[in-house]
Amino acid sequence: MSAVQEVVTEAAAVEAVPKRAMTLGYGTSLAMLALLILVPLFVKNFIIFQLTMLLIYGLAVLALNILTGGSGQFSLGQSAFYAVGAYTSAILMEHVGMNYALTLPIAGLICFGFGFLFGQPALRLSGVYLALATFALATAMPQLLKLGYFEHWTGGVQGLVVTKPDAPFGLPMTQDMWLYYFTMVITIGIYIASVNLLQSRSGRAFMAIRDNEIAASAMGIDVALYKTLAFGVSAGITGVAGGLGAIAVQFVAPDSYTITLAISLFLGMVVGGVGWLPGSIVGAAFIIFVPNIAEGISKGLSGAVFGVLLFLVIFLVPHGARQVAIVAQQMMGKLRKN
Amino acid sequence: MRFYQQLRIAAFSTAVMAFVTTSGGALAQKKYDTGASDTEIKIGNIMPYSGPASAYGVIGKTEEAYFKKINAEGGINGRKINFISYDDGYSPPKAVEQARKLVESDEVLVVFNPLGTPSNSAIQKYLNAKKVPQLFVATGATKWNEPKNFPWTMGWQPSYQSEARIYAKFLMKEKPSAKIAIMYQNDDFGKDYLKGLKDGLADKASMIVAEESYETTEPTIDGHIVKLKSTGADTFISITTPKFAAQAIKKLAEIEWKPLHIVSNVSASVGSVIKPAGFENSQGILSAAYAKDGADSQWDNDPGMKKLYAFLEKYYPEGNKLDGSVVFGYGVAQTMVKVLEMCGDNLTRENVMKQAASLKDFAPDTMLPGIKINTSPTDFAPIEQLQMMRFKGEKWDLFGDVISGELSH
Repeated sequence: MSAVQEVVTEAAAVEAVPKRAMTLGYGTSLAMLALLILVPLFVKNFIIFQLTMLLIYGLAVLALNILTGGSGQFSLGQSAFYAVGAYTSAILMEHVGMNYALTLPIAGLICFGFGFLFGQPALRLSGVYLALATFALATAMPQLLKLGYFEHWTGGVQGLVVTKPDAPFGLPMTQDMWLYYFTMVITIGIYIASVNLLQSRSGRAFMAIRDNEIAASAMGIDVALYKTLAFGVSAGITGVAGGLGAIAVQFVAPDSYTITLAISLFLGMVVGGVGWLPGSIVGAAFIIFVPNIAEGISKGLSGAVFGVLLFLVIFLVPHGARQVAIVAQQMMGKLRKN
Repeated sequence: MRFYQQLRIAAFSTAVMAFVTTSGGALAQKKYDTGASDTEIKIGNIMPYSGPASAYGVIGKTEEAYFKKINAEGGINGRKINFISYDDGYSPPKAVEQARKLVESDEVLVVFNPLGTPSNSAIQKYLNAKKVPQLFVATGATKWNEPKNFPWTMGWQPSYQSEARIYAKFLMKEKPSAKIAIMYQNDDFGKDYLKGLKDGLADKASMIVAEESYETTEPTIDGHIVKLKSTGADTFISITTPKFAAQAIKKLAEIEWKPLHIVSNVSASVGSVIKPAGFENSQGILSAAYAKDGADSQWDNDPGMKKLYAFLEKYYPEGNKLDGSVVFGYGVAQTMVKVLEMCGDNLTRENVMKQAASLKDFAPDTMLPGIKINTSPTDFAPIEQLQMMRFKGEKWDLFGDVISGELSH
């Protein structure tokens, strides 16, 4: 009895976000899309590369957002799924000679399976304990990738160099620009699919579990199934992001996928707003560009400056970009009334 | 008389001027690639100022200070060095981003001394495709000496494998019956070393009776050492980074295991390894070196090191002379300046590589006596010599000849 009470009265780890508040309106979405398509036409290749990385990290943050914002489960182990996706793509491209585009669904599927399996034991854990279990996964991954047993495939500590694809059909585009549009199409596809998923029956099940597990199971939701499913979907999307990352960076090595990456992704999710899918891009922008800004301020203290900036964000806008968006929306509404 | 004198001066100066202008035009047609001009040479660099390897950030700071000194003294052939250094946090994807920023946005002439094997592996293909020199990389991996496949990449320090071969040679000669126990770090550094040792021992590889690897995330390696002792080995090779090397020395003393102890050059620093581990525990340890150690009193009156100390005092006062990274950064920056001087007014990327590949007996201030930098179009490994040394009292005693660990490809 007391155990049940404890569970029921425990404050929800993740604040309930109504599903309508998870997406953007039509007008804003179209404006964003136009921006994503047009910007690369006017900037240097280097910026296009950064934008590609932005979309890739955005995708990985989105995946975590589905898991945490959708089903209320924490994960500090996303870097492990990202690594598996990256290595799957790299190995298939370099050792099997497969086309890069085909490697992505395979990377996604393998990671889905991996995440689904990991979700099974993780069922017994919740909150911080789950976060710790996934943390273990993230710390173990770089070492697993170094194992001599897999060295023939993974390249061991030296990593694998990946060939960057050219634009197909003789399109007059640089490799960077092609890769950007390729990534953009995949990202938008996955974004739309994720929005639909969260608005579907399964999505409602995720959210019911997030809001109250006992009530959800009383409503007839198979809690175990949906929790592992959320893990699987999240891992699958992260795997696709990892595969894209490997192609964009042209290199995979164990040191690319340390716990720092997992924490960065978690950070991106919090800064973007937990449970607000469009915030994923904002969060990704934070983890890519803010370290550069911090370095510009002070080279020796870049870590400390980054910490201060992060602290300011959490202190001033604890709900991340979502909060900023809501405030902006309210101001717009007031302006219209006047 | 006065008039005659004036006339003579005038005639003389005209002649000199004529000579200067004609020779200037004929000898050195100024040639530039992106990143170089009449007034400036842009040098890019990538360092882990943050993250797990941030201790090495000192190298970047020393280099920056050294180039500041060169600029204060008038630059290189009148051109100032603009040193642009970015942080990659020891993360390969970030290194790629920073390398692209240097090449495409800052438009540097060369990417100089980027640090770390994973980071350099990540940017090697890109820089070679762009034909931007990836010069004097700060890693001891063996793969930077491949002028055929990667004509735009060059190492600097002796490779881990060549150092390991020197120990193998030494053991086969001095202690052919040795039972060797090896402790190595489970990453590119440790594995490269281990390969060098085994290659060096060749058919005598059975001398190795035990191998143990550790991860940098382990708080202590004591357990591994106890295990190695139990194998009855009488020779202990410690392929470790400073923190772990010091732990090993201490633990050996604690469990009273007294094998012949060889420490990799990476951890031969008196300041960061030997002193913390205790001088009394470190007697008789063997290692090999190519650079002088700022913590070693035998170099206090060495003219080269005096120059280094004067430089530190004036341009980089917060730099610690006991820190091996300072000595490293100074030596490699000096090599870079030498190459740029040799380029003269032909500052194309191609010529930079050409000059870097034609260094002859160049000895930066910080090299041990007798150790010289030599490169050629087929030899992209600048430093290949080392000298064995034994720890005695409070300093390293160099012994034997300067040995070349050159790899026979």
